[in-house]
Amino acid sequence: MTCDHLVIVGASLAGLRGAEAARQAGFAGRLTLIGDEPHRPYDRPPLSKQVLTGSVAPAATALPNLVPLAAEWHLGSAAAALDRGERVVTLQDGRRIAYDRLLIATGARPRPWPDAAQGRLAGVHTLRGREDAAALRASLAEKPARVLVIGGGFIGCEVAAACRDLGLPVTLVETGPTVLAGVLGTYLGAVVGALHEARGVDLVFDAKVEALEDDGTGRVVRARLADGRAIETDCVVVALGAVRNTEWLTGSGLAFDEGGVDCDPEGYVVDTEGRPDKAIAAAGDVARFPHPLYDGRRVALEHWGHAAAQGAHAARLLTGHGAGPYDEVPAFWSSQGGVTIKSVGLTEGADSLVIAQGDPKTGRFLALYGRAGRCIAAVSFDSVRWLPAYAEMVAVRAPFPPIRGGVDQGRLSEMAPGLAQRDET
Amino acid sequence: MSDATLFEQVKDEANRADPYPLFARLRETPVALQSDGTYVASTHAAITSLLHDPRVSSETLPPADRPKTGNPLSDWIVKPIRDRITDAHRPFIFRDPPDHDTLRKAVMHEFTNARVQALRARSHTLVDEILTKHAGSTEFDVVDDLAYPLPVTIICEMLGVPTEDEPRFHGWATQLATALEPDTLADTEARAENSRTFETISDYMTGLIKEKRRTPKDDMLSGLAGGGVPGVPRMGDYDLIATSILMLVAGHETTVNLIANATLALMRNPEELASLRRDPGRAPRLIEEVQRYDPPVQFRTRRALADIAIAGTTIPEGADIILLLASGNRDPAVFTDPDRFDPDRGGIRHLGFGGGLHYCIGAPLARFEAEAALTALAQRLDHPRLADDPPPYRPGSALRGPKHLRLAIDGIRPS
Repeated sequence: MTCDHLVIVGASLAGLRGAEAARQAGFAGRLTLIGDEPHRPYDRPPLSKQVLTGSVAPAATALPNLVPLAAEWHLGSAAAALDRGERVVTLQDGRRIAYDRLLIATGARPRPWPDAAQGRLAGVHTLRGREDAAALRASLAEKPARVLVIGGGFIGCEVAAACRDLGLPVTLVETGPTVLAGVLGTYLGAVVGALHEARGVDLVFDAKVEALEDDGTGRVVRARLADGRAIETDCVVVALGAVRNTEWLTGSGLAFDEGGVDCDPEGYVVDTEGRPDKAIAAAGDVARFPHPLYDGRRVALEHWGHAAAQGAHAARLLTGHGAGPYDEVPAFWSSQGGVTIKSVGLTEGADSLVIAQGDPKTGRFLALYGRAGRCIAAVSFDSVRWLPAYAEMVAVRAPFPPIRGGVDQGRLSEMAPGLAQRDET
Repeated sequence: MSDATLFEQVKDEANRADPYPLFARLRETPVALQSDGTYVASTHAAITSLLHDPRVSSETLPPADRPKTGNPLSDWIVKPIRDRITDAHRPFIFRDPPDHDTLRKAVMHEFTNARVQALRARSHTLVDEILTKHAGSTEFDVVDDLAYPLPVTIICEMLGVPTEDEPRFHGWATQLATALEPDTLADTEARAENSRTFETISDYMTGLIKEKRRTPKDDMLSGLAGGGVPGVPRMGDYDLIATSILMLVAGHETTVNLIANATLALMRNPEELASLRRDPGRAPRLIEEVQRYDPPVQFRTRRALADIAIAGTTIPEGADIILLLASGNRDPAVFTDPDRFDPDRGGIRHLGFGGGLHYCIGAPLARFEAEAALTALAQRLDHPRLADDPPPYRPGSALRGPKHLRLAIDGIRPS
C-alpha cells in the first residue's frame, strides 16, 4: 500500500523536520501534524538559557519552517490512543485521525517531583516547554532570595548558570559526587562543577532532597535534605531528567515503556513480539533504537541534532524515499557559564579518558573517551575546532587514542572517566 | 599525465589566468602525491577535514638561516641567536595552538566594533576621493588606481603606520608575501632575500613601536604595544613585531586581489554589474561569490605531524600538504554548476577565507573595503570596458591576482 496520508504525532523539532523532509523528498500526499501544545513547533535549547536571562522572549523561539508543508495541524490536544488495526490515532478531545503511515515523535516530559502535592507548590518549577520557561523566567525576574536546583544534569547546570548570570543566589543539589556524572563521568563532571563554583553556584553533592516544605499557604519556603539539613528557598527547579511520552501507546501492542518506544535499526516501531510495523516509525527523544556504532545497543537520545536528523530519516522511510539503518553519530551541545560544551558519540560505558587537546587549566580542551581500546566519544570545552577530526575517529571506531604528536597536545595520560560501567545484558 | 605535473602546472605562470581546469583534474584524486613529496588536497571534503585536524601543523617555514656576513662574531654568535629568536616568534599564521591562540586573542581584542565601523566609513570616503581624482580619465587601472591604495591606506590607518612611510614598505610587503609561495620556500636565495627584508621591516617596526609606547594613539599598534588589559595576553616585543608585520603584509596583498578579481568577474558578467549599479545591496552576495569563485588566496601550505589516512591515501608524517582552497570552492560535490559565477546561489560554504582556527582575521575589513570599492565602481564608471582579457597577472600562484586591470571608460561620474 502506498502512503497517501502521513500523520506525524508530535509537533516539535523531530516532527517538523520529518514533515519538511517528506515534502523535500517529493511526498505529495496528505500531511497531518498533531501536537499536544497549542503552539507551532518551537526551539527548546534557548528555554534553559537566553529565555531565563530575559534576552530572548519565550514567544521568539519559533522554529523556522524551511519548506512549504501544506499540512493540516491539530494542535492543543495530545494523542490518546493508537489503533494499529484500524490505523487510527484518537486525540484526547475525541477526534479520530486515520493514517496510512504514522511517525511517532511525542518526545518526553520532565520527570516530575515524586510527591505530587509538593510538586504543585507555588515556586516549584520543571522546565521543558515554552510555558514552563515563561513561568520560571517570571519567578527569576522577581529576584528570589535563593533558587534551589534539584539535579545536576544539563538542564540543572544551565539553569544554575542562568541564575548566576542574573546575579541570583543559587544552590544545586545532586545525589551523585559531581554534576553531569551520568553523561560526562566524574572526572569532567568535577571540571564543570569547579566552573560553576567559581561563578558562585553553591554545590551540594551526595545529597538528596527529601521534601519540599511550604509556608502554610502553598508557597515553597524550604527544602529538607535526607541528612536533615534544610535549604531556605523560594524558587525550586526540579531537573531530574525526562520520561518519554509513551502512555498513549497502551493497548497498541507496541513495545514501549517510560524509556521510549522500541524501534528496529531502520526506525520502524516493533511490537511486543519484536516484529516491526512497517506503517509506523518513531524519531527523536521517544525513539529507542539499536545504534550500529554502539554494537546495536538500544538508545533513546535527547539531543537536538538527533531529533532533527532522525525525524527526517523516519519520514523519508515512511514515504518510500529512503531506507537503511539510521546511523547518525550522536552529538549535543550545552552552553553554561560562558563555556560551550560540544560532544560527539556516547560516553556511556567508557573505561578510559584522555585530554586529547588543550588543557583543562586553560578552560579550552577536548576530552576523548575510549572503551575496550576504541574511541567512543569526544567532548570539547570551548575547543570545538578539533571536534570534527575526533568525530571522524568516533565514527570509524578508531583505536584509542587515535592521535599522538599533534598540535596542542599534552602527555595524553589515560585516566578513569568516572562513569558507571555498562550493564552487559 | 601524472598528478605531479598537475600542481607544477598550477604554479606555472602560463596558467595563472585560469588555473581552474587544472583544479578539476586534481580533484579526480582528492589528496594527490606530487613528485616533490607534497600532497595536494583539492576537494572540499578533504580540505575541510584537514583544516580541523590536530595532526596538521601551520609551522611550515624552514628554520631561519640568515645569510653569513663573513664577520665571525656576527656569524657564530649573533646569527644563531637571532635565528633562534626568529624561529620562536613567527607570525601567528605560521604557528599552532596554544601560542597561536594567545597572539590571535590579543589581536582580536583590538578589532573592536567601533574601530571596524570607523574604518568602514573611512573606506567609502577614500574610494570617493580616489574616483573623483580620476574624474577626467578615459582609462582606469583598477589595481594601481584603487585596489592597491585602498586596503593599504586602511591597514596603515588601522595599525597606526604613517601613510607617508607606505612607499618604503610597499616593496617589503610584496617580498614577504612570497613566503606563501612554495617555490620561494624551496629556494635558498629567495629565502635569504625574505630574511633580509624581514630584518629591515623589523627595524622599522621596532622604531614605530617605541614611538607608540612613548605617545600612544587610538590605533591598533598602540593598543597591542600598551597591553595591560585584564584577560588579554600581553605580547612580547618579538611577537608584537612579527604580528604587526603579518597584518601589514596581509592587508597589502589579499584585499587587492579581492577587489581586482571581483571587478574582473563583474566585467565578464555585465548583467551582474548592471544589477549592482541598480541595487548596491547586492554587494555582500557578490563578494562572497567572488571569494568562492576566484579567491585571492588560492592555497595554503601545512605540514603533517603524524601519518594521516585520508581519502584513500596516507599522508606521511613530515610531508607538506597543500590545501587548494580555490579548488574546494569549485567542487561539484558541494556547489551546483561550480564554474558559473552566480551571486544568488544559496548557502555557500566557500573556503575563500580559509577555515578552522586560522580563518582570516581580516575578513570583516576585506568585506567592507570590497563593498565600498565595488559599489562605487558600479555607480561611477561610465561605460567601462576591459582593456585586456585576460589581464596580466602577478607571479604568485598562492596569492593570485591581476598585476593590472585596465578599463577603458568614457569618464567617471560625480558621486
